[in-house]
Amino acid sequence: MFDLYVLLGLIVIGFVVGQFLERRHYRSIEQRERELIGLATTTSKRPIGVIPNPSRVELVEGACVISVDYFKRFVAGLRQFFGGNIRSYETLVDRARREAVLRLKATCSDADQVINLRIETSSITKGRRNQIGSIEVHAYATAIYF
Amino acid sequence: MLITNTEEIPGKQIVECHGVVSGSTVRAKHAGRDIMAGLKNIVGGELKGYTELLIEAREEAHQRMRDQAEQLGANAIVNVRFSTSSVTAGASEIYIYGTAVTIR
Repeated sequence: MFDLYVLLGLIVIGFVVGQFLERRHYRSIEQRERELIGLATTTSKRPIGVIPNPSRVELVEGACVISVDYFKRFVAGLRQFFGGNIRSYETLVDRARREAVLRLKATCSDADQVINLRIETSSITKGRRNQIGSIEVHAYATAIYF
Repeated sequence: MLITNTEEIPGKQIVECHGVVSGSTVRAKHAGRDIMAGLKNIVGGELKGYTELLIEAREEAHQRMRDQAEQLGANAIVNVRFSTSSVTAGASEIYIYGTAVTIR
């Protein structure tokens, strides 16, 4: 019985604090995305348009590890029973990807173009008692300065 | 040492190819970080300890790849790729590989 109360407590804490943190994170992501919107970023292998000879080329990276809260894990567990989209995990990967790309852009905010962006996702707690918990997203690209 | 993940470097010409260079490292997280991450798992959000850990690991793998390229006498590495795999529950392997070339 005590275990059940602990579990319920964790789920409630996860729901309240998790929602708050997620909203705050999204606000911060949206704000920084607006600030960095001017930096052209593509997944193509060559720079866009006719460009002058670049003065500097470098590899840039951004990484982020994010975990889900207890409430979402619980909901996802139910979802796996009935099937269908697991919305709570969709926001998890979405946040992690956007954050990683933002960190990448922040390291080269004075570059003229960022090309060949690659995003890689891996689960770092895999293999541990079906805890899907946290994922790592690593973004890398080439920054070009004219 | 110029490092890019594109096949060619804009404005530069590849004159010599030295083959594939790579660097790898396997890192485990220490108990303190693990406990903090366990607590953070309740409310969700970023696990800063793990982010730092993986960044450090990547820097080390990066350095190993650079050393190898320098030994070969290359002055650039193109087409760099990263890969991460979890070897066991507590550790992850970072692997970086690319092609060492001489550019002009």
